[in-house]
Amino acid sequence: MSKDHGGDHHPEPEPYPALRTKALESLLVEKGLVSSDVIDELVRSYEEDIGPLNGAKVVARAWVNESYRLRLLEDGTDAIAELGFGGAEGAEIVVLENTPQVHNVVVCTLCSCYPWPVLGLPPTWYKSAAYRSRTVMEPRSVLREFGLELGEKVEVRVWDSTADIRYLVLPERPEGSEAMSESELAGLATRDSMIGVQKAKSPATVG
Amino acid sequence: MSGVHDMGGVHGFGPVEPEENEPVFHEEWEGRMFGLMVSAGRDYFSRAAIESIEPTTYLSSSYYEKWLMALEKVMVAKGVLSPDELEGRTGYFASNPGAVPSKKEDPKLASRVRSGMYRQRRPRREATGSSKFKPGDTVRARDIETMGHTRLPDYVRRRRGVVDRVYGVYDFPDAVHGSDGVPPQYVYNVRFLASELWRESAEPGGSLHIDMWESYLEPAGRLEGVS
Repeated sequence: MSKDHGGDHHPEPEPYPALRTKALESLLVEKGLVSSDVIDELVRSYEEDIGPLNGAKVVARAWVNESYRLRLLEDGTDAIAELGFGGAEGAEIVVLENTPQVHNVVVCTLCSCYPWPVLGLPPTWYKSAAYRSRTVMEPRSVLREFGLELGEKVEVRVWDSTADIRYLVLPERPEGSEAMSESELAGLATRDSMIGVQKAKSPATVG
Repeated sequence: MSGVHDMGGVHGFGPVEPEENEPVFHEEWEGRMFGLMVSAGRDYFSRAAIESIEPTTYLSSSYYEKWLMALEKVMVAKGVLSPDELEGRTGYFASNPGAVPSKKEDPKLASRVRSGMYRQRRPRREATGSSKFKPGDTVRARDIETMGHTRLPDYVRRRRGVVDRVYGVYDFPDAVHGSDGVPPQYVYNVRFLASELWRESAEPGGSLHIDMWESYLEPAGRLEGVS
C-alpha cells in the first residue's frame, strides 16, 4: 500500500478500502449513527495521547514507590486510575510483575486484545498470525526474535487474553537506574517491555 | 471445530516482524475506520463477524480491512444500510477523488461515545452464587461443540490445568442455542504447564495462563507438578 500522504499535487487513485470507508462513514453520518467530530477526536486521541507513555508512567511510579507497586499488583485497574488512565479495552487491568525468576509475556491468540488505556492501539506484529500462533507454543523462540534471550532457569509465563481482563507487564527495573528520577525512568519503560517481549531499556542505551 | 482466527499453536506462520517506528495508523482510512467502529459502539462491533470472514480472506487482509468487512456486514445484517447504497456511494467516491465524507455533529451521540470510551465501567457483574472452582483446583478444559463464536481456544481443549485466580462473574460471550438469556458466569485464570499443552515439543520451564468461563471447565483428577 502507498505510504505517500503528500499526494496533494499528484493524486493517485485511492485504494478500495479507503473508498469503501469514505462511503461507510458518509452513510453512517447521514443516518445519524455516528458523529463526525467524535471520529476526528478518536483518531487524534489514539495518535497523540493514548499510548505507551501512559503505561510507562505507571511502571516508573511502581519502580520508585513501593506502596504504589503493591497497590498496582493488588488491583491494577484502581492503581492505574490513580494516574488518570482507564476506559475502553482496559476496564479491568491486571498487572504482571517480571522478576529474575519469572518472565511474563502477553498475547491474544483469538484476536488482538490489548490494554488500550495504558499502551494505546497494538502494533501490527501483535495482531499478526505469527505472533498469535507461536507465542503460546514457543515463547522463548519468539522472544529471541525480539533480541531477548532468557536463562534456562527463568520460568516463561505466557498470558493469553481471552476474556474481559487486559494484562500489562511490569518489567524489572534496569540495573544502573538507581539515581534516575521518576520521569527519566518512564523513558526506560518501552511498549515492548510492557507487553513482555523485551526488557526495559538499560540507562546505558539512553542518550 | 475451530475457525481460522483460533491461531494458538498453529504451525507455519514464520517469524514475527516488528516494524520500526510504526505509526498508529498507516493510512488515513485506517484511522477513520477505527473511529467509525469504536463510535458505532457495542451494538455494531461483532467479533463473530470478523471471525466469519472467509478463511483465505481473513489471512490475507489487514486488521482494519477486517474491521471494514465486519462493520459492513453487521450494518447490512441489521438493516441500517443496503449493499446497493454502499456500492453506489463507493462508486461515487471512486469517480470523485477530491470528495470528502458527509459531516454532521451530534452532541448527544458524541457525549455517549466519550463516556463509553474514557469512563471507567467495570465489566464485572454481581455474583449471585458461589464459584464452582477455587484456586488450586485441577480442571480440564472441555471440548465443546459451539454454534460459532467462542472464547475457548482449541489448543487448551482436553488439557488439564490448575485454577490460579477467580476473577468474578462476567457476561458470557459465546454463541449458543437460543442465544438470549445465557446468564453471566464466573471467569477463572487457569494455569497450564507447557508440557501438558505441547507434550514433547514444549519448551522447557514454561506455563500458560488463560482466562476461562466456568462452563469451559470440568473438574479433573489431581495433576502433579503444577503450583
